[in-house]
Amino acid sequence: MTVTTATPSRLAGSPRGGEPRRRRGRTLRWLVPLAPALVLLVIFMAGPILWSVYISFTNETLTGAASVNSRFIGVDNFVKMFGDEDFRNSFVLTFVFVIGSAVIGQNTLGLMIALLQRGRGRVTRSVVNGVVVAAWVVPEVVAAACWFAFLSEEGTLNKLLGGFGVSQEWLFTAPMIAVILANVWRGTAFSMLVYSAALSDVPGDLLEAASVDGATTWRRFLHVTLPLIRRSILSNLMLITLQTLAAFGLIYALTGGGPGTASQTTPLYMYEQAFRYFEIGYGSAMALVLLVIGGLFSLVYLRMIKVDA
Amino acid sequence: MTRVAARGAALLALALITLAFLGPFLWVVLASLQPGANLTAQPTFEFSLVNFRAVMNWETIYLPVLNSIAISGGTALVTVLVAGLAAYPLSRYKLRYKRHFMLTLLFTTGLPVTAIMVPVYSMFFRFNLYGSVPAMVLFLAASSLPFAIWMMKNFMDGVPVSLEEAAWVDGAGWVQSLARVVLPLMAPGVAVVAIFVFVAQWGNFFVPFVLLDTPEKQPAAVTIYTFFSQYGQVAYGELAAFSIIYTAPAVLLYVAVNKYLAGSFSFAGSVKG
Repeated sequence: MTVTTATPSRLAGSPRGGEPRRRRGRTLRWLVPLAPALVLLVIFMAGPILWSVYISFTNETLTGAASVNSRFIGVDNFVKMFGDEDFRNSFVLTFVFVIGSAVIGQNTLGLMIALLQRGRGRVTRSVVNGVVVAAWVVPEVVAAACWFAFLSEEGTLNKLLGGFGVSQEWLFTAPMIAVILANVWRGTAFSMLVYSAALSDVPGDLLEAASVDGATTWRRFLHVTLPLIRRSILSNLMLITLQTLAAFGLIYALTGGGPGTASQTTPLYMYEQAFRYFEIGYGSAMALVLLVIGGLFSLVYLRMIKVDA
Repeated sequence: MTRVAARGAALLALALITLAFLGPFLWVVLASLQPGANLTAQPTFEFSLVNFRAVMNWETIYLPVLNSIAISGGTALVTVLVAGLAAYPLSRYKLRYKRHFMLTLLFTTGLPVTAIMVPVYSMFFRFNLYGSVPAMVLFLAASSLPFAIWMMKNFMDGVPVSLEEAAWVDGAGWVQSLARVVLPLMAPGVAVVAIFVFVAQWGNFFVPFVLLDTPEKQPAAVTIYTFFSQYGQVAYGELAAFSIIYTAPAVLLYVAVNKYLAGSFSFAGSVKG
């Protein structure tokens, strides 16, 4: 924190204002500039979160009788949810998606690329960085279009594999693997950049000393680098989990959750229930579950980093 | 393993990873340049700009891109204005609940926006805001605020208070001081926040998809999805050309702020406020 000086000259600057007026002036001094932000945050962020808590306990729909006057139905939505085969399926798929694409895929690949880039020339680094980051900068709908073309029956992958006789419609035969790969492709850049920053803080002489002591590359990584970047790994895992948990556009555009419900993660199932069948109350109950999970991860992340505000 | 062999292995691994990352891009680049392209990235020796010419019309490109500019630009503008104002007391004054407020904002940045779209839709529907672009822009600005306020405050902390003091002596209030002294000095920071918000909204698909009612209001992200979800009857060359035109601004803007963003990746490790 560089500057947090209150401005004493101005605090004392209202000479004949009585005590109450000065206090009011002081409150206004911070309240006025903060007000627009507070209003927007309360209406559009806190509002919907509280609203989702309320409507997940009602039978709110947009069609039929309940759309006119929804009523309080207690925990029925949650009871329905835990008995709902499709919801459980979606929950497991979300878990697989987060573990597969974020925790294993992006995290490991990002760390690997960052490690491989250490000590390489500038040209190598910028080429690799450029390509990996490009996949990250591309809007998700375009990423989906690229992967749709890449994996489709007459697509690039099948052409490349042509000789091996394994051509197939990947999006139908292996939809989860397809969306996981697409998300690894799209998200690895973030982990790579986080780890590049973390690795640049690992002192070179420590590694050198270990190397003089006869430590192999693998042991140097395990006993020197890894403990030093432990914090970055943990917070990276939290952040990419949060980013992956509610991924929608990429999966929706690539497989639409299909075939059937084979790649229907919870955000897609929530979308289907709320916007195709207009079961707003039920959809909100699922939204609440996602919010609580996201909130927990966000709290753990906050505890982990050193925030100094 | 000798040093040379290790070096060779690392370079080989990097080359393979780079090629694997390039794979999915192949199609979009090749197909955009080839008339009669299908889903295969099959290089022929026939190149033309016919696909680009075909999509350069009002409904396909101009209107959706203009909508994207209006939505992303409007969101960036509102966010920067509101976050800039909010950052001033947070950076300059000692406030009792400042730490709590900043931590709450940081906590909010972690919440999945996708998850609140059901209640947001339901609220928009009740208050007759469904389909309203300005209302959606306000929502998008609100969802960008937590991160934008953090960034703005960090940039503002870098502007020494001593520079403002001269303005106060001249009788300037906080508004003049903020507008004439602080903001001009942190102009690069303001630009970074604006571009960051703009690029994020440029790629946003889910929110307009849920909150806007007619195709005429939709930004390019949604149009492109509609374009390619009509399986079987898609002109793939045109889809690829559209994708490239739509992606270009995001890439260019990213390159512009790349230098400033580099620092924020140590952000993941520890946050300084």
